[in-house]
Order: sequence, then C-alpha cells, then structure tokens
Amino acid sequence: MTSERERRFVGPRRGQLIFALGFVGLSVLLISQITTQTQWVERSKLFAQPRFWPGVGLLGMVGLAGLHLYRLPWWRNTRYDWWEARKWLTVLEYTGWFMGYVLLVPVLGYLPVSLVFVPALAWRMGYRDRRMMWISVGFALAVVILFKSLLGVKIPGGAIYEYLPGALRSFFILYL
Amino acid sequence: MDLILSAIDILMRWDVALALLAGSVGGVLIGAIPGVGPAVAIAILLPATFSMDPIVGLTVLLGIYGSSMYGGSIPAILINTPGTAVNALTTYDGYPMTARGEPRRALSLAYSASFFGGIFSVLCLILFAPVLAKIAPMFGSREIFLAALLGILLVVVAHRGQSLIAGALACFGIFLQTIGLEPVKYTSRYTFDQTFLSGGINLIVVVLGLFALSQAFVLLTSDDEKIRLTKLHGGMFQGMRELTRHPRVASVSASFGVLMGMIPGVGEFTAQFMSYTYAQKTSKRPQDFGNGSSEGLIAAETANNAVPAAAMVPLLALGIPGEALTAMMLSVFYVHNVVPGPGLFQNQMDFVVALYLALLILNVLVLAFLLVATKSLIQVVRIPNRFLGVCILTLSFVGVYSLRNSVIDCILAAIFGVVGYVLKRLSLPAVPIILGMVLGGIMEVKLRAGMARVKEPLDFIDRPVAFILFLLIIIVLLVHIIRVLKDRKELKEAEWQTKTASTRFGGLLWRRRNSFLKDHGKKVRARHSKLLRRLTDLF
Repeated sequence: MTSERERRFVGPRRGQLIFALGFVGLSVLLISQITTQTQWVERSKLFAQPRFWPGVGLLGMVGLAGLHLYRLPWWRNTRYDWWEARKWLTVLEYTGWFMGYVLLVPVLGYLPVSLVFVPALAWRMGYRDRRMMWISVGFALAVVILFKSLLGVKIPGGAIYEYLPGALRSFFILYL
Repeated sequence: MDLILSAIDILMRWDVALALLAGSVGGVLIGAIPGVGPAVAIAILLPATFSMDPIVGLTVLLGIYGSSMYGGSIPAILINTPGTAVNALTTYDGYPMTARGEPRRALSLAYSASFFGGIFSVLCLILFAPVLAKIAPMFGSREIFLAALLGILLVVVAHRGQSLIAGALACFGIFLQTIGLEPVKYTSRYTFDQTFLSGGINLIVVVLGLFALSQAFVLLTSDDEKIRLTKLHGGMFQGMRELTRHPRVASVSASFGVLMGMIPGVGEFTAQFMSYTYAQKTSKRPQDFGNGSSEGLIAAETANNAVPAAAMVPLLALGIPGEALTAMMLSVFYVHNVVPGPGLFQNQMDFVVALYLALLILNVLVLAFLLVATKSLIQVVRIPNRFLGVCILTLSFVGVYSLRNSVIDCILAAIFGVVGYVLKRLSLPAVPIILGMVLGGIMEVKLRAGMARVKEPLDFIDRPVAFILFLLIIIVLLVHIIRVLKDRKELKEAEWQTKTASTRFGGLLWRRRNSFLKDHGKKVRARHSKLLRRLTDLF
C-alpha cells in the first residue's frame, strides 16, 4: 500500500532513485577531483580563491542531493525504475539524428541537408503521406531562407559548394 | 516628458517596428502551440538576435515573452491544454466556459484581461522608473551579491516539496559556470586538460539543451493527440465590456503581477495563485470558481500578463535575472557590451523607457491581431506533437550551431538535452540550473569585489540596503524552515491517522502486554535475556 510519504512526494516515482543515485555519484566524483582540478593560490583571501566557487557548487550538490536521496520514500529500484531508465536511453536515437545533421551540414551544405533531414525524420516519426512530406520540405526550405538568407545567421557553406561554378558558388555559400 | 520623447526617438525605426510585429505575432503563435512555449523559442532565436541592435533584439525577445501568454490562453480555453505552463490556471475557468458553449466569451475575456494586465504593468513601471533610477545607484557589489543570493534562494524555496533537489540543481549551475579558465588568477578549473573546456560552458548551449532539445525529445517520444476544436462564431469584443464590470479583481490581480514579477524567482505562478485566491475569497459567487467563473479567468490572465514587464526590473536595474527567460535576455545585453545594472538606469534611462514603450505597443498589437485573427490562429493547435518535435530539433540546430560553428557545442547541447529530458520525465525543475549559472557568475564577481573593502564580516552588511537584503535572506530562510517543519508535522499526523492501531497510551500498553504473552514475545524475551547474560558475563 502507498504510504503517506509516497503520496506526498512531488513527481512520479519511477526513475527517482536512479537519478538521485546518479546525481550524488557524479557530485562525489567531481568533488573528489577538486584538489587536482582547481588551485589554491598563496596569499589570497578565501573568497578570491579559484577553488572557492567550484567548492561551493560541489558541496551544495553533494549535501543537498545527498539529503534529497536520504529523504526519498523509496530505497529499492523496481522494474518500473529500470523501464524508465530504458526510456531515457531511447532519446539517444534522436541525439544521433541531431549530431548527424550537425556533422553533415558543413560537408553537404545547409539547404541540401535540411531538405533531406526534415522529411527523413518526419518519415521516421510515422508521417508517410505525401502531404506531410511536402510540409516537411516546405518547413526545411522556410527555415533555411529565414535564418541563413534573411537573418544571416553564421552557418558555414557546405564543402560541396566549392565545386559549383563562380557566381553560383558564392551565392550558395552566402545564402543557402 | 523629455525622457519619453527620447525613448520614442529610439523606437522610431523600421527595424524596431518589424521586430515588434515579428515578436508579437510570433509570440502569439508560439504560445498557441502547446509544447513549444516562450523558453524554447527564445533559446532558439537568441543567437540570431546577436547580430541585431540591442533594442531590436530585445524587442523581438520581449515580444515573444510578453505575447506568448496571450496565445497560450487559446488552447487552454478551447482544448483544456495550456499553451504555456503559466496558462494552467486559465484552464480551470476557461475550459468549463467552452464546455457550456461560451468559448468566444472566454477567449475575449482572456484577451481583455491579459491586455489590461500588460498595460497596467507597463504604465506602473514607466511611472515607477524615476524612483528606480534613484534606488538603483544604492546597489554596490555587496548589495548585488546579496540580491543575487536572495534570488537564488527564492527560486529554490519556490519549488515546494522539491527544494532539496532544486537547491542541488542550482548548485550544479553554479559549478557549471566555474568550469574553464578563471578570469582573475588565470588558473583552469575542471577542464580535465581538455582545450574545449578552457573557454567554459556557454550559457546558451545549456539553455538550448535544457529547454529546446529536451522539449524536442519529449515531443518525439510522445504520441499525437486527437484534438476536437470548437467553432467560434461572432465578434470578440464582449470581453472588454465584461472586464469593466470587475475593475477591483482586475486591478488587484495586475498589482499582484507587478509586485511578484519584480521579486526574483517568484514570477507568474505565485502572482496567479495570490490573485485567484483573492478573487475567490472576495467574490459574491465563490462556488463558480473552477466551473467557468469570469472573475477567476480575469484574475489568472491579468496576473500572468502583468509579470513580463515587471520581471525586467531586477534585470535592468540590478543586472539580476529572476527567471530563465530574463536570464537568456541578459546574454543579449552582454553580447552588445551593454551592462544592465544601476549604471544603465543612470546613463541610459531613455533605453529603459524605450523597452517599456515597446512592451506597451506590443500589447496593443497583440490584442488587435488576436481580435482579428483568432479564428484562423486556432488551427495551429492541430500541429501533431511528433512533427512539432521534428521542427524544434531542426530549429535547435540553428540556435546551437550558429553560435560558434562548434561541433563540441552541439555535443554539449545534446547532452544537456538528455539531462533536460530526464528532468522533465521526473517532473524536476531545470530553471535552477540556468539561474545557478547566471547568478553564480554574478555572485562570484560581486563577492570578490565586495570583500576587497571589508575588514570584519559584519562590515559586509553595514549599508542600509545590504542590511535590508540580509534581513530578507534570513526571513526567507526562516519562513522556509518553519514551512518544512510544519509539513513534517502534518505528515506525521497524517501517518498516525492512517495507522489502523490505536495511538492512545493505554492502547499501546495493551498491545505490549499481548505481545509479551504470545509465543513470539516469549522467544524475543529469551533471545534478549541470552544476549544480556553474555554481556554481563563480559564484566
């Protein structure tokens, strides 16, 4: 039966213990490195020490996250916790898509990669009708025109653009 | 008057006008799409605004911030899903109105209340600006350090029931901003001999990861919802007339919005809660609240729209952002070497007033746009969740990569995206990390500068403003401790009440006696006496 403490806990139960343990573990690992990763400068006040603020942050992390862990109403991981951890890992696929997009743009150019990336990801998400494909292509085109052509945000031209003839080359590098 | 004229002069430019239009329309659209929200939009657009003039860039971002809540009320009223987090209270009374066939009345009332809140707040602050200009110079390094500390404390204690982990996440933010080359002694901190960490972790990369990428991941891993939209007939002007029948609720709610907005870390939710409670307690029909009360809707919408202008006060006057959105705006100032703080109020007051005037114009533009375009605008809520995720992921690339064209930044943003996704799944707050990063940096610089002239610890609070801030910190801590103790007492009482056994002393003795007389009790006593004998044998 759910206890009163469990009922009053803010947020879902699943995954809380794994997260708290991971956070405390990371904090302890980082604070154990403080002497090698920061320096203590002689003849400097405590507040001006380079070690002071990382120390404050890490002590706060260890102390408060440790207390959070101690105050958790659950001390044992159930299968729901592990299911939740597996759910966290599913997003790694989308980080892969994102990183693929990042790595391909400087090679193939912003416009061509976007025109392939958006419909491909939309296809992967299950939108396979022609209307959604056209909407995806239109969206990709609109994003490139708005941000690169009109607002001039800093996105380099693709290496492949170098093979284009003279005027077209500089137009593609600058605007697409 | 001269001040207002010079402020108007700053705004009389075609690019500012375009920014106002783009900010207002864009903000309404973003607010109307559940699952996007102003934080995602501002995070994505932030690097794009770096190439603009400060006034143009800030107008776009302010436009999105100020108008998203107008748009957020549309899905809150029509489909019971708040467009932005702060429109959650709008669903309480807005959706029941739709359910009983009055969606047009609810929407027009929400727009009118939001408009009133926005205008009231801006006018208050324009009138209040000269006073602020006098107070702001009283803030030196120590006062700004204490104000930043107060801000971080308020953010942490505002997360009731989660203050420990919110505090730990704020400390994580403080730690993150220390990574890299330390600017005074030039020593490296937590770089692990990696060159890419020497420059530190960029705030925008963290913001984009925690807000934009994580939201994309949430949408990509969720299911599409089937939405049934109610058709709207007729005009949208009746809300104006209805609002004039509740001037007290509207003005008190707007005042709560202004006051709460000015306090770092408090924001819309507290303002709404206080306004709603006030409106319910003073209403002649309190039973209608939660069932489609016009007063409830006015209280919620007026309060949340009065906050954005007020939230700019600590940012502009002290350089201290009170929430994630103003923290993001701070980076626009830094990029253009405009340092918000007392100096800005003393030397560039016209710039500050221009920003407020821009917010004023923005409210008018948004209202006009909504009155005309609501019927077409409601179609944006039909965009499927996962496709929205694809769009946010594509736009996040622009935000992260255009910053420095760095793949490392993108990897870091992806990591923070996963962290943000985990936090969202666990209903844990990401805002303390951002505020920890921003306020931690401010605290480090200001404490070092403030302590340089301090001989004894008590000298730190010997100035009146510093002393008042110190007292406020103590009060906040005390109130929080009292609240935690009260919660623990309530929990214990609730645990006792749910126990099936009697809690009377007589009952306890009766159970003890029975336990002793039972076989198990005899075994326990035999074991205890054996142990006691072993112990006494030792001596």
